[in-house]
Amino acid sequence: MFGSNDPLDFIDHIRENQDQFWELFSEHMSLVLYATLIGLVIAIPLAILTSRIKVLDKPMTLIANTGQAIPSLAVLALALPLFGIGFKPALFALSLLAILPIFLNTLVGINSVDAAVVDAARGMGTSDIQLLWQVQLPLAMPFLFAGVQTAVVLSIGGATLAAYIGAGGFGDWILQGLAVRNFPILLAGAVPVAVLAMIAEIVLGWVRRLVVPKGLTVS
Amino acid sequence: MQYILDNPGRVFELTIEHLQLVFSAILIAALIGIPLGILISRVKWLALPVLNISGVLYTVPSLAFFAILIPYTGIGKTTAITALAVYSLLAIVRNTAAGMNEVPASVVDAARGMGMGQFQRLRLVELPLAIPYIFAGIRLATVAGIGIGAIAAVIGGGGLGRLIFDGIRTIDSNRIVAGALMCIILALLAEYGFSKLALLLRPDMRVKAERG
Amino acid sequence: MITLEHVTKTFRMEGHAINAVDDVSFTVEEGELAVLIGPSGSGKTTTMRMINRLEEPTSGKISVNGQDVMSMNVVNLRRHIGYVIQQGGLFPHFTVAENVATVPRLLGWSKKKRRERAEELLALVGLDPAIFANRYPRQLSGGQQQRVGVARALAADAPIILMDEPFGAVDPITRTQLQRWLRQVQQDVKKTIVFVTHDINEAFLLGDRIILMRDGHIEQNGTPADLLRSPETEFVKEFIGDEFALQALEHTYIAELAKPVPSRVPDDTLVIPAGMSIPEASREITQADTTGHSGFLVTDEEGKPEGYVTYEDLASAIGEGISSGAESSDEVIPELLESEDA
Repeated sequence: MFGSNDPLDFIDHIRENQDQFWELFSEHMSLVLYATLIGLVIAIPLAILTSRIKVLDKPMTLIANTGQAIPSLAVLALALPLFGIGFKPALFALSLLAILPIFLNTLVGINSVDAAVVDAARGMGTSDIQLLWQVQLPLAMPFLFAGVQTAVVLSIGGATLAAYIGAGGFGDWILQGLAVRNFPILLAGAVPVAVLAMIAEIVLGWVRRLVVPKGLTVS
Repeated sequence: MQYILDNPGRVFELTIEHLQLVFSAILIAALIGIPLGILISRVKWLALPVLNISGVLYTVPSLAFFAILIPYTGIGKTTAITALAVYSLLAIVRNTAAGMNEVPASVVDAARGMGMGQFQRLRLVELPLAIPYIFAGIRLATVAGIGIGAIAAVIGGGGLGRLIFDGIRTIDSNRIVAGALMCIILALLAEYGFSKLALLLRPDMRVKAERG
Repeated sequence: MITLEHVTKTFRMEGHAINAVDDVSFTVEEGELAVLIGPSGSGKTTTMRMINRLEEPTSGKISVNGQDVMSMNVVNLRRHIGYVIQQGGLFPHFTVAENVATVPRLLGWSKKKRRERAEELLALVGLDPAIFANRYPRQLSGGQQQRVGVARALAADAPIILMDEPFGAVDPITRTQLQRWLRQVQQDVKKTIVFVTHDINEAFLLGDRIILMRDGHIEQNGTPADLLRSPETEFVKEFIGDEFALQALEHTYIAELAKPVPSRVPDDTLVIPAGMSIPEASREITQADTTGHSGFLVTDEEGKPEGYVTYEDLASAIGEGISSGAESSDEVIPELLESEDA
């Protein structure tokens, strides 16, 4: 390709390769979506369980915190021997990455319910399930959503890296751009990712505010 | 794990490289972030815009961030350090501001009333009292930075990410595990180190309060 | 010596201006303990804070030892005025000794001198330096922390001390102890003290002069006895005679204060039945016109004078508050029960 290597030409690149753009988009977002769903399905019950069995609290929290220090790249890489390359290992790795923040936040949310409130509820004869369903989960919602927010944003980032193990997504253009030192392609991959992440953060933030039960103010 | 024992030299070299990256980034972020945090705790209306901007920057996934910087700062360590520094800003600014705001108003009033000038107050009273928060911010940023720093290898920044990438390329899980393991160890050391450092600067936090 | 001349402090709140302090003038002589007292919102704290320029007057002049405070370097001014506040304001990250030595440190004293001074003052306030010097504030009880606060204010030997409800945050028993202790210390050191409180007992106990404020202006400025003897406005009468404020003394009967009747008493001396409690008697007194008198007569149920109480004594009793009342009323009550009407 002749012509300048002006990074801002990425807009042209996208326009000229719209089919590919949307293909990458759907690869990227399906990873994010499925990973987040799996994360929710696993993390929430896990958090509920941990909140009920006191001995689990410290070890689980330690594992989760340590897990956050593991580079996402490593998690992706370690899925390779298990699943080969492509969508599957990426989904596996990203799900793990999504579980962590959702778990931690939900746990904090459940535990954040004032001990006095729990005590009063138990004293009034609320069964454990009722307590969970009617008191703790609703009050934990804002925290849960903060966890989902983090998980989604992390997944968008992780999905970008997943290109490294053949899962596609916008990372493909980033890697391509890096390999041939082509800035327009580089940014054609990077900018959509950045924009997606910001949109996700903002929109989920709104949803989080909507989910706050009446009577609570979350700053 | 075996890999570390077999190749201590290489692992060590990459670990040092990694630490240099993270350390430089955190240093820059702290030099900018702590004063910024102090500023927004004083000038209230600045708080929201500053926190929002650093929040937005924090959202951008690391690889994308690195990529966007590359046309302007090139491939290699500079880009990596710049990006890491920007990521670390949010945690440091936010925590510093929180720490400054936590200093009890009565303590500030007493300090003023006794005749401390603004800078004396900052140096003798407000900053020492904000240290636990500031250090929490630095600690958070460091641990996150250790993880994100692995990606720096993608763009020629070196560090433990190289181990992981080599591992992917050669389908050698030993290397991948070695890289990941070193990152975890560094993160744990950082957690431990910063808590100890904070206690050193605030010996009063070691003692328990009197009841009632 | 502290002088306030026509001092006003105006705050702007949502468009309109409020005079938190309105044309206030008074003088505190050297060695005097002046109490600024009044309901909340009366401007007493703001007034005090203008002396060390934590607030600056909108108009008027404040002078310390003849010098206008606005003409002095503010940091220097504050280093020469002691400052004690209700919540203590001790620095949690300094040891007790370091807290006490704060102003000396700001003034550049040597480490050795600071240490010695801190130990000296801790001993003065009744906290054994060997035990307390290296402790941290959180390891001390509320009362002990307040005493450290006072020691800190005395450290640089400032001639003037400002105290803003220093004993407000501790329990009543500790508060009484601290009050008596301060009175003791003041007798030794004779500082010029401006003391803000809303507690009448405290004011009467500690004050050489009482400046009663309301809504930013001074209602009366006089000795405790003056306020009893000749209250100048309705508000003063109500404030002093306020049953609620003197409730602690409702089991103390005026008879206890009675001393032998002096040989000569003016004919129109006020007469109070022995069975009246101090709050009741105070109300009677403030309603009556007793200017110029030194005391009043206490009579038995038949109206026969059996004792005499000076206004100074009454003021002291009000200052003494609970302790003397609670202790002695147990003995008095059985006797008086027979003579009580209702």
